[in-house]
Amino acid sequence: MAARVGIVTFPGSLDDTDAARAVTRAGGEPVPLWHGGTSLGGVDAVILPGGFSYGDYLRCGAIARFAPIMSALLPAAADGLPVLGICNGFQILCEAHLLPGALTRNAGRRFVSRPVRLRVEDTGTPWTSQYRPGQEITLVLKSGEGAYTAAPRTLAGLAERGQVLLRYGGENPNGSAQGIAGVRNEAGNVAGLMPHPEHAIDDLTGPGTDGLGFFASAVRELVAR
Amino acid sequence: MRSVARIIVDVMPKPDIRDPQGEAILHACQRLDFGEVRGVRQGKRFELEIDGPADEAALARAGELAGELLANPVIEEFFLREG
Repeated sequence: MAARVGIVTFPGSLDDTDAARAVTRAGGEPVPLWHGGTSLGGVDAVILPGGFSYGDYLRCGAIARFAPIMSALLPAAADGLPVLGICNGFQILCEAHLLPGALTRNAGRRFVSRPVRLRVEDTGTPWTSQYRPGQEITLVLKSGEGAYTAAPRTLAGLAERGQVLLRYGGENPNGSAQGIAGVRNEAGNVAGLMPHPEHAIDDLTGPGTDGLGFFASAVRELVAR
Repeated sequence: MRSVARIIVDVMPKPDIRDPQGEAILHACQRLDFGEVRGVRQGKRFELEIDGPADEAALARAGELAGELLANPVIEEFFLREG
């Protein structure tokens, strides 16, 4: 049976369709979940997609964090459900305290929308197991508030425990602390990143297929369970 | 008649957090010949209308709300006062 991966649509989500397409391409079954629902419908994993949930009012992800679906997601994530937040989804996971740190306005003050080189730092998560440690990949970055920041003690702890998922490979595009492009929680089941793996799954519409590994990793891990 | 009170919550980026919006405003100040402006930090102000009075207990409640919703304690600090 194919792994069932839930994809949450909030008002203002944009990349839920692309995320669903990526799950399908990886051999999984995408399951649409609505922000106003209170059940995860028994899915094996959840993706919070990119976009501008609730218009990014107050702070990116600050309102979405309190959406009804989050009351189901928080305990499931604590129980080990694999959760991936992409871009706005990453911001939501940080606001919900499922991931450490916060995303702030890009240092260059410009919205950045272009392919970026990244180095995969941690391949121990259900979302990155198909990559090699240190592998260089290209994904699309498209965000105005993508600068990762955290207290110095938090940053030191992340490095020490190997919780940095990805780092920008070349020039730092947005002023993220220590070039961090993605992090995971201590348990490893919850991960978030600013670049968009779902936009890099075929040569025709993206910069390549480097992003497919995120979805293939989860689908393979879930089927093996 | 029910009394309504006001509590002001000011939210500012923490001093060690970079504020690119403030930097952009600073550049604009300099272009506008306000060269004496040496630094700008941009924050947010919230005006809460509450069932009064704005006593110590009400301020404590507002502080709880500010810490959970109005400000992100990772990057921001907040200040409360009766409005």
